[in-house]
Amino acid sequence: MSHSPAPADLVERLWRAVVEGDESAAAATVLDALADGTTKETLLLEVIAPVQERVGVEWAANRITVAQEHGATAINERVIALLAHRSDGAPHSAHRGRVTVCCVDGEWHAMPARLVAEVLALNGWRVDYLGAQTPTAHLIAHLHGTNPDAVLLSGSIPTHLPTAHAAISACRATGVPVLAGGRAFGRDGRYARALRADRWAADARGAVAVLDARIPRPDVSATRLAVDDLPHLADQEYTLVVQSRATLVKHTLVDLENRFPAMRGYSDVQRERTAEDLAHIVDFLATALYVDDPDLFTGFLTWTADILQARHVPPHSLVAGLDALAQELRDFPRSLGLIRHGTLALRRHAGVPDARSGSLPDPDSELGIRA
Amino acid sequence: MRCAGCVPPLLATSRSSSARPSAADLRTGATWGDAPYPVLVVDRYGDLVLVNEAGRRLLPAAEGGGRLWEHVPSWLSDAHQALLERGSLAEGGDVGGQRTGVRSVAAGLIDDRFFEAHPTGGDDGGVVWWLVDATDRRLAETALRDAQARSEILSKASTALLSTLNVQRCMEVSASMAAQHLAEAAVLVAPPQGRRSSVTYACQGGPVTQTTQRIEVSGVPGLAEALQGFPPVPARWIDPGDLPDWVIPDDFSGTVGSVIVTPLPGHGVPAGALILLRSSTERAFTEGEEVFARLFAARAGAALSAARLYSEQASITATLMRDLLPPTLRNVNGVEYAGNYRAAKDHERVGGDFYDIHPGADSSQETLVVLGDVAGKGLDAAVLTGKIRNTLHALLPLAGDHERVLRLLNGALLSSHHTRFATLVLASVRSTADGTQLRLTSAGHLPPLIVRADGTVEEAATRGTLVGALPSVTAETVLTVLGPGETCLLYTDGLTEARGGPLGDEFFGEHRLQRALAECAGMPAEAIVERVQMLASQWIGSGHHDDMAAVAISAPRAGLPGRATGHRDVPVSVNARNPQ
Repeated sequence: MSHSPAPADLVERLWRAVVEGDESAAAATVLDALADGTTKETLLLEVIAPVQERVGVEWAANRITVAQEHGATAINERVIALLAHRSDGAPHSAHRGRVTVCCVDGEWHAMPARLVAEVLALNGWRVDYLGAQTPTAHLIAHLHGTNPDAVLLSGSIPTHLPTAHAAISACRATGVPVLAGGRAFGRDGRYARALRADRWAADARGAVAVLDARIPRPDVSATRLAVDDLPHLADQEYTLVVQSRATLVKHTLVDLENRFPAMRGYSDVQRERTAEDLAHIVDFLATALYVDDPDLFTGFLTWTADILQARHVPPHSLVAGLDALAQELRDFPRSLGLIRHGTLALRRHAGVPDARSGSLPDPDSELGIRA
Repeated sequence: MRCAGCVPPLLATSRSSSARPSAADLRTGATWGDAPYPVLVVDRYGDLVLVNEAGRRLLPAAEGGGRLWEHVPSWLSDAHQALLERGSLAEGGDVGGQRTGVRSVAAGLIDDRFFEAHPTGGDDGGVVWWLVDATDRRLAETALRDAQARSEILSKASTALLSTLNVQRCMEVSASMAAQHLAEAAVLVAPPQGRRSSVTYACQGGPVTQTTQRIEVSGVPGLAEALQGFPPVPARWIDPGDLPDWVIPDDFSGTVGSVIVTPLPGHGVPAGALILLRSSTERAFTEGEEVFARLFAARAGAALSAARLYSEQASITATLMRDLLPPTLRNVNGVEYAGNYRAAKDHERVGGDFYDIHPGADSSQETLVVLGDVAGKGLDAAVLTGKIRNTLHALLPLAGDHERVLRLLNGALLSSHHTRFATLVLASVRSTADGTQLRLTSAGHLPPLIVRADGTVEEAATRGTLVGALPSVTAETVLTVLGPGETCLLYTDGLTEARGGPLGDEFFGEHRLQRALAECAGMPAEAIVERVQMLASQWIGSGHHDDMAAVAISAPRAGLPGRATGHRDVPVSVNARNPQ
């Protein structure tokens, strides 16, 4: 409609409202636009979604605080709920079928799944939205109870991919096809394919199109194990790295302290943060082992380097951490390959000098992964 | 295996010798003449030269000699011809229609017996055909193949049927597999619910459709009996012409030629009946197929009964569970409430932790929030949380005096048969012009934490004894006021005793919780409980944990906060972020 405001203006207005924690201004922005003829789908996908994306970008760039970030997300959630109960005057479309929308167990970023659920409902689907971090056992019980046409599984953090794989296999074993989405599955959906999801969609409108084309039910008589989909898991590197996560972190910490005696002066909190950072590196390494893709690990490392840059922390200690980890994992050829790959990519990305010739990690920033 | 070079050049000689049997033939005749297998000696011109005793019994007319093709079926004479044309006995290939490997073995029917014909070389380019009766072996092989195919179908059916506990899906899978492997179309009739029955139709290669309709069960011969669990009526007794229209699927082409109606045996009561249809242009169902249909039906019936049992149990559980699930919290009388609950086991929804909210009738009235923890976990503990929640609901009029409420609750718990005790926190909340007033009382529970606007975190100084264990209880109530954007967090020890972390074996602990809350100043209530649960869950990783519950009571922010400082001492978590 000619009088409806441009989505870009609405994004700016909503962004200001949520970042200032002004719920009523946020609600007014969206409801006024609805009254002026902007459709619900436009508001969800071209106003609220970009604002939410900007929340993440601004946090990464250290321009908003954790409290602002969470507050903004909470207000966006409330605005979506508000919108769900208003009519935009569009005719109610036909009933197309029933789907379940949920997040991988352990995944707390529910907003993408929530937006997809709302858009599917607008497009005539009956949607059961199970929310963030749905335990796979609950999901399967829900499938037995409702027999949906498909499960839409959302994941944002790649470290949940092994859990996602278990969920995908379990859904398919009950004869319900899985449509995977979210950044965890890769920009091109490569991990969705690797984990044998039936389909992948890049965004909410893509998901609507995939469902409209109908997904055939998977063949349940062919039971598969994780290692059937990912034969490289037979080398046990993934299993061993995950099982020895705590030991790996402890040993790597000790190794770093030997290299950089200044680290012994860290406070308990600093020490713990460093350990958490190392644990995080190990988690991403394990996930990269699981899907056998070095890009997953290097993607995490270069992203972390950017986060550090935004907080004026030189990320050379990231390389030192990798170096120490490589010592621990010297008998694991695939892990070593990933670490080598990651170290090279970090050097290229941020011009990080060689760890051994570089300076000490800044004791104020622990390993340097956190500011 | 024989190589081609070892084979005598049977057909290499020119047509110069006599067509009559030679003396050598007669001599060899003495050796094979008494063989138990029919043997035919054919010369290289296609004339039947000699037939042994067993051969004469099989082909009496062959005794007089003559052309081979006059006496034997074409598969054998063709094989002979092919052999002559190819010029060698040793190469494999199609002989007489059956591929036989290295040796040129032909096979086919003579009268109603099945023979394999093995050629060997005779004199002067002739061929000696040895006929081996393979009728019984062939029957056995066919039976074995059928049995293998059927057990494969049954195994596939079992896997497919076991895959789901959804009744509707189970009926779809049963009908679809039956149409694919047993008949051209299958109709699955569920036991009537009142006057209506769910009917599932499937045609070979077509989609499955389900309807719920009123059907005349007695209209289909044998159906009423099948639904009552009587033995199935033999297929030959059912006249396809008697079938009512509703039985025949819309996309079934042609007329029905034969019908099987078989019960789906369930847990004591039939799980339904399966009607299999085959069109009149196909052969009728055999007795063997009827038996196989019953085997399939037994599996489908067992799966359907299990699915029904599961859905009944699930609906009973859901009903009983409804009152035990934590309530949905929201904004009440100008104060924000948010709660989050995670049961100890991922497959459970309830446990020993609980919270509840009893909104005040209007903003001048207090809203009572309660959060507690019953000793133990799982369903037994959850049942007691339900009892405590009910008792507290009844005691609501007395909520002005928390200690009195706790005394009465203690008495009620002591007089019940439950031997468990509980700890809890009561919070009475009222929004006033001077801020949100809170009365907080802990009964043996962790003190509530108050997150001030400037990020300081205070412990409420309330203490008291747990309930349900001692004859008398005492408790101290404290008063506090929340300014705009400030929050009071009630939580259970499942959060602080969450074990894990980067080194794998540490408690999350109250210090980490307080540190996390310090980051949460000014955040909305639901964002705070979610963040606290998230941090604890991530701390645990894949390890074990107890029930974890948290409730946030927040005074809404009136003014707007300052902009982000980007200051280095604002802790920022990299955890659980997406690197892409």
